[in-house]
Order: sequence, then C-alpha cells, then structure tokens
Amino acid sequence: MRITQGTFSYLPDLTDEQIERQIAYIVHQGWAVSIEYTDDPHPYNVYWSMWGLPMFDLEDPAAAMYEFKKCREAFPHCYIKINGYDPSPMWQAQRVSFIAYRPPVEELGFRLRRILWSDGRIQKYGLEPYVEDLPPGRRYRNP
Amino acid sequence: MDLKSSTPQYAGTDSRYARAGVKEYREMGYYDPHYEPKDTDTLALFRVTPQPGVDPEEAAAAVAGESSTATWTVVWTDRLTYLDRYRAKCYRVEPVPGNPEQYFAWIAYDLALFEEGSIANLASSIIGNVFGFKAVRALRLEDMRIPVAYLKTFKGAPHGIPVERDLLNKYGRPLLGCTVKPKLGLSGRNYGRVVFEALAGGLDFTKDDENINSQPFMRWRDRFLYSMEAVIKAEQVTGERKGHYMNVTAPTMEEVYKRAEFAKQIGSVIIMADLTMGYTALQSLSNWCHDNGMILHLHRASHATFTRQKNHGVSFRVLAKWMRMLGVDHIHAGTAVGKLEGDPNLVQGYYTILREQHVRPDPVKGIYFEQDWAYLPAVFPVASGGIHAGQMHLLLDLFGDDVVLQFGGGTIGHPMGIQAGAAANRVALEAMVLARNEGRDIRREGPEILRQAARHCKELAAALEVWKDVTFEYTPTDTPDVLATVTL
Repeated sequence: MRITQGTFSYLPDLTDEQIERQIAYIVHQGWAVSIEYTDDPHPYNVYWSMWGLPMFDLEDPAAAMYEFKKCREAFPHCYIKINGYDPSPMWQAQRVSFIAYRPPVEELGFRLRRILWSDGRIQKYGLEPYVEDLPPGRRYRNP
Repeated sequence: MDLKSSTPQYAGTDSRYARAGVKEYREMGYYDPHYEPKDTDTLALFRVTPQPGVDPEEAAAAVAGESSTATWTVVWTDRLTYLDRYRAKCYRVEPVPGNPEQYFAWIAYDLALFEEGSIANLASSIIGNVFGFKAVRALRLEDMRIPVAYLKTFKGAPHGIPVERDLLNKYGRPLLGCTVKPKLGLSGRNYGRVVFEALAGGLDFTKDDENINSQPFMRWRDRFLYSMEAVIKAEQVTGERKGHYMNVTAPTMEEVYKRAEFAKQIGSVIIMADLTMGYTALQSLSNWCHDNGMILHLHRASHATFTRQKNHGVSFRVLAKWMRMLGVDHIHAGTAVGKLEGDPNLVQGYYTILREQHVRPDPVKGIYFEQDWAYLPAVFPVASGGIHAGQMHLLLDLFGDDVVLQFGGGTIGHPMGIQAGAAANRVALEAMVLARNEGRDIRREGPEILRQAARHCKELAAALEVWKDVTFEYTPTDTPDVLATVTL
C-alpha cells in the first residue's frame, strides 16, 4: 500500500528538483523549514523524530535541501517529511507538510482489529502497523 | 378582501403615514447625523427601500427605532429611564449608487442593548420586528461591525482552522469532502459503502446531507455505525486520518445531545448540524463540542430564504459573522463557480470574514466595516455544490488553502466509480498546489496543469472528459454595489 499522508502523496514521488522548489516556496513565505523522520508512520503518530531544529530565518533553500539529503543518508529505512512552520499570530502552526522520502521496500500497512462489544453493536477499533512487530530501527529493511 | 384599502398610502406629508406618527422617529432622537459611534457600539448597515413618499432619513430613523427601543407612539414610561443610551442612532444616510429607490443607513447600537454571548438576543433586536415594518417597502441588513467588547463575550469555534489541521494532520492544501448521494433513500449499509469508497479513494471527509436526519429508511444510529466502520477502514487502507460529518440535527435538544454523545462514543472526530435548528440550539451544540473535543460543521440549510434577495433580508456576510461568534468550525460559504448562488467577489468577502483576524472594508467584496475579530478562531469556509475537478485551478486561485472543497456529484458521479472520482479530485488538487507553490500562474495555466497531471492518472483524465463542459453561468441575484475600476 501507499501511505497518503501529506500533500503530494497522490502524485508520483517528487524528484529532488521538485522538492527543492517546494522548500523554496516555504522559505519565500517566511516560514521555518523542518525535517522529520520515522519508522512508525501510523496516522495518529504526531511526533516524528526531528532532524535538528526547525530552520528559522532561512534565506537559501539549498541549506534545507542539504539537511534533507543528510537525513535521507542517515535514515534510508524511514519516512521523511518536510514541513513549513508559520509562527505568525493566529497561526503558530504548520502550513505545509509533505512526505519527501519513502523507504524503498513495500509498505505492509496496518492491521485493523475489531472487537465487538456487547453494547449495541458498537465496535472498538485498533489500527496496528505490521512493521510494529519489529522494534524501532529494524523496520523497513529487506528480509 | 379589498386590497386597495389595505395598502398603505404614504405619499405626501399630510398622508396617513404622517398622521400615524412615523415622522416622529426622527424627532425622537433616532436620527443624529452628528453622532460619533463609540468603539463599543455595534454598527449595522441597512439597505432601506422607503415606501413612496417617505423621506429616507425618516425611514432610516424608524429602522433604528424599531430595532431598539421605540414603539409606534410616544409612551410616558420612556421618561422613567435614560432612554438616550438605549436608543439606536442612525448617524448616516446615503443613496445607494445606481439605485434611486434605495438608501444605505448606518445605525449604532449601545453595548448595553445586547445580552452577553447571545446571538439569539442580537438577532431579535437587529432583525426582529423591524423587517415587517410598513414604512419601508423592503429592508436588508448588509453588514455589521461587532465591537471587541461584545465579541469577548463569545467563545467562537470549538477548534478553528490551525487546530483542526493539527487534529487531522493535513496542511498546505484545501481539504476535500463529498456529500453522500442520493441525499435520501439509501440504507445504512449502502450509505457506509459510499463513505468508504470516497474516503479510500483520497478524500479527507464525507458528509451527511442536511436533510438526512433519522428517516424510516435509515435511522441515525445505523448510519453512524456504518459510517464509522467506513472511516476506520479507509484509515487502514490509506494510513491517513479521515472523517465523516455525522448530522445530529433532530427535533429536540435532548435528541441532539443523544446523537452527539453517540458519535463521540464510537470515535467520530466531527459532527454536523443544520442552521434550521436555530441559533440557540447551535450555540448549545457548540458548547458541547468545546467540552467534548468535537469538530462542528454547519450546513446553512434555509439561509437562502433570507440572504439571497438584494433588496430584502439579511446578507450572508452578517450570518457568517454571527456563526463565527456563535462558534462553528465549518460553514458553507459558496463556491462562486458551482451550482448555487454566489457572486465571486461577494463570496470572497464571506471567506475573508470567516478566516481573517482583521478585516478591512472592501466595498467591491461587499465588506463595509472594519472588523477586529478579537482572537476569535478562524472558521473553515466550505465550498459545496456543483463543483468538479476541472475547476480546481479556479477554486484554488479564488479561495487559497483554507477551505473545504466538497465534490458530491463530482466524486460519486465519476464513470469509473466513487474511488476513481475521489482520486481524480485529490490528484487534481495536489497537482495544482504543487504548481502554484512552484510559482506558476494557475489561473492561466490551470487547464494545462490538469492535462499534464491526467497523464499519470486515468481517473483524472476521465473526470476532465466527462465534466469538461459543465459550468453554471447565471447572473447572481446578490451583487456588489461597487464595481472594481480597471486601472491601467
């Protein structure tokens, strides 16, 4: 399966040139660029690991692109996303987020657990990534 | 019935109008061209069409009187209070450009006139009896300036745009939705099928329609359970958060709360309600959503009965302000390009009112007052009704990122199925956002960007082919009074 979080997941994977243009967009808006990675892309996993601090006051998008490439070298078995953060009043929130790198193995997806409760047909649901059978750091590698 | 004798005849100063005492409104202090509005005053702009022969200033003063303290004659009990504070004051009257029968009247209301945090009370004053008043042939509330002092008695949206995006983990693009069709008649199980297909195909939200409540063919409880199953299953196959607006509109508040509690119990992130429930019911539901962490979507069912006609009623921009105060997270605000009424400039004005913190006057967009929103959260406008993937460049250009685009027929009507329809919309959207961020002129290059994206997406290619000629080109009923002048 393909995890469709982030803005450009329905397009073919972005090339480095396309990624750099999106970083340039973030920088030109005056927003901070941040890079995050994880081997637990559960839809409710809010806190991916931070690759350094968000890059505030960046003038040259190439600097963020360099950091993204370094992250990709260090964590080739992880998902990597690039975010744009807007600290302005009433936003103080992310304005951009897209997956810029996916691990080069098949995404096995999620097990959907259903528990039927006796309470009037209500089901309790749980989504569990199949990769969770492996400890962090050993996921998304070829067997 | 003798129509002639029941029609008011106001012409002339010695007419029934004058004898009836209407003229005294102006003399009773409801018209004061020297009045300087205070920062704490609520200001209202009315479009007044006086009856033939009625002086516009008198008519405007009468509107001020009837929407505040006055009755049709002088009463001695006025002398028991400091009436000058409670009188609304018309401080400006101007002819409407290009329309000799109509006048704009600016009226100021003291802070003491309205109960804290009550849209019902505000509405009862400003649009209460006055709209049936005989001395005006027609009356329309065009815009309001709500003072910060009064805004601070409202909590506003349970979440607001940035917080909702955090909840959904979706940034940097409009959200995509779809109303389940047919509106009426599906069983719960079939209904859930549509929800699953649309969400699994790539949409973020699906939605109950306004008139889906709890009919014999599908009771609300079945719909909620099947829809939740569909939401979770769609999250499983996409790894992405999804939601279905569960319509909790019901005959009584007890029943509304029961349905909302059940939606919460089964894990829904969002519920919806119809404007037909009324302001008080909606505000209660908003409080419930504040307490229970639930996103609140408002379907503006019935609004066009009073917002559409330019000469009479209440402008949607006023309703949008009231709903931002009352506290909804989403509100339908028009598409400009779709099947429902909406002049593009005016619709953009509604979006500005819902989303910005500080709104500046812009008569081209129908905004007459400066409005400081006093930190009330921004509301997601929803564009819904007759839109399709082929219009994506227009929609993104008109409305930007912070909008929910809802494609009902434009998803479910796709020739290759609902998932294909959803995917077409998502691909079209993402391709357009990518291009815009790269600095391309999407308004001009939009159709070409869509064609390029369709090369790697047969679903989008099919959507563009099917709906290529679908537009809804009708002259809007409600239009701005000021047109943008072309500057060279």
